[in-house]
Amino acid sequence: MAENAAKSAQGAGENIRVLLAKVGLDGHDRGVKVVARALRDAGMDVVYSGLHRTPEEVVAAAVQEDVDVLGVSILSGAHMTVFPRVMKALDEHDAEDIIVAGGGVIPDDDVARLTEMGVQKILLQDTPPDEIVNAFRQLVAERGPR
Amino acid sequence: MNRQQTLFSKDELDRIDAEYRDWEGNEVARFLERSPERRDTFRTGAGLDVKRTYTPVDTPETPWDDIGLPGRYPFTRGPYPTMHRGRPWTMRQIAGFGMAADTNRRFHYLMAQGQTGLSVDFDMPTLMGYDSDHPMSEGEVGREGVAIDTLADMEALFDRIDLEKISVSMTINPSAWILFAMYIAVAEKNGFDQAKLSGTIQNDILKEYMAQKEWIYPVRPSLRIVRDCITYGAQHLPRYNPLNISGYHISEAGAVATQEVAYTMASTIQYVQEAVDAGVDVDDFAPRLSFFFVSQADFFEEIAKFRAARRVYAKIMAERFGAKKPESCRLRFHAQTAAATLTKPQPKVNIVRTAFQAMSAVLGGAQSLHTNGLDEAYSIPTEEAMKIALRTQQVIAHETGAADVVDGIGGSWYVENLTTRIEEEVWKILDEVEEMGGTIQCIDDGYFQRGIADSAYDYAIRKASGDRPVIGVNCYVEEGGDPEVEVHPHDPETERNQIAHLQRVRDGRDESQVQQLLEELRNTAEDESKNLMPVTIKLVKAGASMGDIVETLRELWGTYRETPVI
Repeated sequence: MAENAAKSAQGAGENIRVLLAKVGLDGHDRGVKVVARALRDAGMDVVYSGLHRTPEEVVAAAVQEDVDVLGVSILSGAHMTVFPRVMKALDEHDAEDIIVAGGGVIPDDDVARLTEMGVQKILLQDTPPDEIVNAFRQLVAERGPR
Repeated sequence: MNRQQTLFSKDELDRIDAEYRDWEGNEVARFLERSPERRDTFRTGAGLDVKRTYTPVDTPETPWDDIGLPGRYPFTRGPYPTMHRGRPWTMRQIAGFGMAADTNRRFHYLMAQGQTGLSVDFDMPTLMGYDSDHPMSEGEVGREGVAIDTLADMEALFDRIDLEKISVSMTINPSAWILFAMYIAVAEKNGFDQAKLSGTIQNDILKEYMAQKEWIYPVRPSLRIVRDCITYGAQHLPRYNPLNISGYHISEAGAVATQEVAYTMASTIQYVQEAVDAGVDVDDFAPRLSFFFVSQADFFEEIAKFRAARRVYAKIMAERFGAKKPESCRLRFHAQTAAATLTKPQPKVNIVRTAFQAMSAVLGGAQSLHTNGLDEAYSIPTEEAMKIALRTQQVIAHETGAADVVDGIGGSWYVENLTTRIEEEVWKILDEVEEMGGTIQCIDDGYFQRGIADSAYDYAIRKASGDRPVIGVNCYVEEGGDPEVEVHPHDPETERNQIAHLQRVRDGRDESQVQQLLEELRNTAEDESKNLMPVTIKLVKAGASMGDIVETLRELWGTYRETPVI
């Protein structure tokens, strides 16, 4: 499966730059690491923030690394606190062209609210790795070149 | 008894082996021609080969003494001679949300439903040692567990609960010693005898660096805190478990069964060595060590895992540390069903999953058990979900007969074979850890973290390909989205109320006394030979918050920062 994802992503994935981040006190990093490997196997450049970062720190890193996508993983339930701060920080950096994706355990009602807020994709638990790869590629393709 | 004594004679084994081959050449071969098996190879969750069936030929390496009898070294069949025939396991559903009074109400509800032990889940700030008004706490106060800042919260948490009669388990790690101090202070205030307190703090900091990732300080000072809890407990709370060495989170982070046991034992070796190095006789504290494992989906492998863990532990304690008392070699464990197996689609199926997982824990000889709520892929469980989870345990205990016999599945050729193979895998991993410089070195090098991430990725890939079926997720999928599930509500007022409450405690305390005690804490911490518990107990009694204590030591010891392994 990983090989398939890697093969189908040749060319399409190799220039995509991603920062995956864990924000706040939440230490659940199983999912974010699986996503990191899947994206990397698909040819993307993946940076992982490590744990316990603030929204402002990860946005600053995303700007500095000039990433296409900032993926924030959160399983503690604090997403409605974290994402508004991420969006605000992006705004302050004039970095609205960075695509924000979220992942973790997020109730459906909140998914709708986060989408309204400008989070472009929410990937919930049990999303297969190749689906995640495709979602990231599609997000970047839809945005177009910078 | 002869250590090499095997269960069957060589002649008998040869005869059985010959018959097995004959059967494969005849019945099996003919059957396979008509109807092939579902797959070429079968494997357990941990990747061990599964043969078609098992016979005594598969267990000759296991001498009778490795199996033995329950309550007798090496305790493969159970830590006690009568096990669940005397008293079923402790039914201990974890609970914690909102402010202390909210959780206290849930405790009284669970006790009214027949629960026999309490277990507390704390919110992220409490787990990580932050006060509720710290900037890092924003959005997390009282959400995933109960918020505790000061002794006043702890008093409210245990309001109207007889701490001499009911044992309380607290899932708390880097800040465990402060909660331990608060527990002791509450018990004292309510007139309970310290010597009669039974319960557990998890306090297993090493698995935090490996898997759960809740930490405050670097590894060394964190281990010193654990040591202080063990030695204080050994002197003052003879019935209390000051350390609960946990494989659960290692598994939930992605590890397979063999890794779960091996990594847990790698931690165990480190902790025991720390206490022994501090001059405590191994037999003075080892009987109070307790364990916590997951009960995962792979039914037989899990039963074998629990049996193998007991055997490995017994050998480590006797052979490596020279423990003399049988109780020092006797592994007792709490089990929790596997939260990561719960699905959002078709959530009622989670009741069934949990029941099978609970059964494997019971057959594996658990001392206490938490069964997960059916709604935990959505949020923390509702009262109704917890009731069904508790009833699941009651059905196993009172209707199935599983509690009426000790190690009823022992002697199964498959399970005995698996028990021995898991044990062998565990020794292999422990040897590797040793060769690489020991447990702490392996944490620094990311050895455990990498092992866990590898297994997690492998599982994700196998789940995605359908190789690992998950009902409702990659097979028997229902169209039309997930059903509406009643979820536990989170009160947005909690954070504000908790912060106001903390402020009132701060306003009402004798500030100069708190500052003086914090100075005493700093001095105690600087002298490695001293124990942090007595001054911490004084601090919480004086109204110091968890944050006051944690930050004082953070100035001294600094913060741990992980080098992430992908």
